[in-house]
Amino acid sequence: MTTLAPPALPAWRRIVRDGLLLTVRNLRHFVREPHLVVFSTVQPIMFVLLFSFVFGGAIGQALPPGLDYTSFLLPGIFVQAVAFRSTQTAVGLANDLDKGVIDRFKSMPMARSAVLLGRTAADLIRSVFVVLLMAGVGYLIGFRFVTGPLQATAAVLLVALFGFALSWVFAFVALYVRNPEAAQSAAFVAVFPLVFASSAFVPVETMPGWLATITAVSPVTVTVDAVRALAIGGPVLSPLLQSLAWIVAVVAVFMPLSVWRYRRVD
Amino acid sequence: MNQPAAVRVQGLVKRFGKTVALDGADLEVATGTVYGLLGPNGAGKTTLVRVLATLLRPDAGTAEVFGHDVATQASAVRQRIALTGQFAAVDELLTGRENLQMFGRLLGLDVRAAARRADELLARFELSEAAGRHARTYSGGMRRRLDLASSLLVRPQLLFLDEPTTGLDPHSRVTIWDIVRDLAEAGVTVLLTTQYLEEADALADRIAVIDHGRVIAEGTSDELKDHVGGQVLEVRLRSTADRPAAEAALLRLDGTAPQFGRDPLRLSVQVAHDGLGLLTNAAAALRDAGVALTDLGLRRPTLDDVFLQLTGAPPEDPQPRETSAHAAGPDGSAEAPAEHDARHVRHNPG
Repeated sequence: MTTLAPPALPAWRRIVRDGLLLTVRNLRHFVREPHLVVFSTVQPIMFVLLFSFVFGGAIGQALPPGLDYTSFLLPGIFVQAVAFRSTQTAVGLANDLDKGVIDRFKSMPMARSAVLLGRTAADLIRSVFVVLLMAGVGYLIGFRFVTGPLQATAAVLLVALFGFALSWVFAFVALYVRNPEAAQSAAFVAVFPLVFASSAFVPVETMPGWLATITAVSPVTVTVDAVRALAIGGPVLSPLLQSLAWIVAVVAVFMPLSVWRYRRVD
Repeated sequence: MNQPAAVRVQGLVKRFGKTVALDGADLEVATGTVYGLLGPNGAGKTTLVRVLATLLRPDAGTAEVFGHDVATQASAVRQRIALTGQFAAVDELLTGRENLQMFGRLLGLDVRAAARRADELLARFELSEAAGRHARTYSGGMRRRLDLASSLLVRPQLLFLDEPTTGLDPHSRVTIWDIVRDLAEAGVTVLLTTQYLEEADALADRIAVIDHGRVIAEGTSDELKDHVGGQVLEVRLRSTADRPAAEAALLRLDGTAPQFGRDPLRLSVQVAHDGLGLLTNAAAALRDAGVALTDLGLRRPTLDDVFLQLTGAPPEDPQPRETSAHAAGPDGSAEAPAEHDARHVRHNPG
């Protein structure tokens, strides 16, 4: 009636296998919660339409001549959508902690980091999906990738990587806060100012000097600037390098921190 | 060759802030046995299981599973154990079959073996019909069975069952008991925690009674009951006003001093010998004292009696003794503060 334990795999293969298994599991969760699918899709669409039609007329005045607001906005919306999306990493992980599934995972001879990798990888895939969806909506209201397919692909990838990095921050938050509602609130408190005090929706030059100075180096600003340049043209290299530096730094700090915290959480 | 014990725990201490969940617990579980950890909520049972399952690190003392230290050789321990906790740890958004397949794959079975094993277990646990439904639609008993099945995808050497039947209906409880008996027969060592003496009685070869983070008694179920006494005389009063009179009347009899449990209308007296004689005398004495009763009888000791005897407190109502820190529930359960009637408990000198 019972099966004996199969031989152990080398560590890296276990991490990959277990990470993939949990990625699939988390993606299944996503499609099984129709409310989640609908609202996490509707929300960024709403942002596109609101900003474009409500604020577009006013903010458009501040843009350089020849640049329309929709083209300016969409790269910002990509980053905003993915940043908001990454807060769901905290919610999903806190939920698992809450329900006791993590206890089972932790008592099993599986790769320790797989739970976090599976979570952030699934969220990375969902980020790509969200960005493609936003691009589709953007096309309907006049947005175009004018640079070329290579740059467009690079833009989508950069946004997804940025979301992946934020996911690790919010994984860490969830491992501290544990409660799903609290994790959600904590994540939004962090994400809101970060996204709004950036070049995502408005030109940084229109902000007061002190804020513009801070905002100029914000990870959201440099990422939005890089994505914008990749999508609609402009100087790419400097913002792209700054954005990648942020992404690497955040992952380098928060991945080990989260894994460390995961081992300790009880 | 001497087989190492399945579990060996010495002087185990675990604190959560000021709460002492384990206060120097000692335990030894022989390989191939079913061992019951019996105790009230907050006694430290769950904490002990979580330390043994490598989910918590002890603050002091040692805990070994088949000779492997849980703190320093955690991965060797994890390869030998399975844990079914108090709250069914299944994925609610996956179907029953998907749950088992996923856990089977995580345990290293290939796709085909995991699928075959999942179907075997679904059939055995009477979940085949519900296999394609999301686990969140399952009843409590079904969830618990799915949870237990998840622990058996790959045969563990040691299975932890943390209150496997708490909150289950009688039918589901019996199903779980049957499964535990089958496992024991197949040679799996089982460490189960329970609040029910009946359950420990039905399943366990040996029982440890745990209270305030320590093992306060250990033995077979018969040994524990004999420790309390073969029989207990139980008196139920019509009114609490009669309590002093009833107590005085019973004190004059051949038994030991009467004890009060959680229920203020209930008194119990341990029968030293000749239960029937005590019953007759008690009936006469209580009638003479003018005490109105709703019930009077002899019965086998229950968990209440074991606890009254061993701790001087009713089991459902762990109360602070040396320090109030003990009162909080280390099992994560918020517990009501000790109620006043607990103060009426008489410590049995015998």
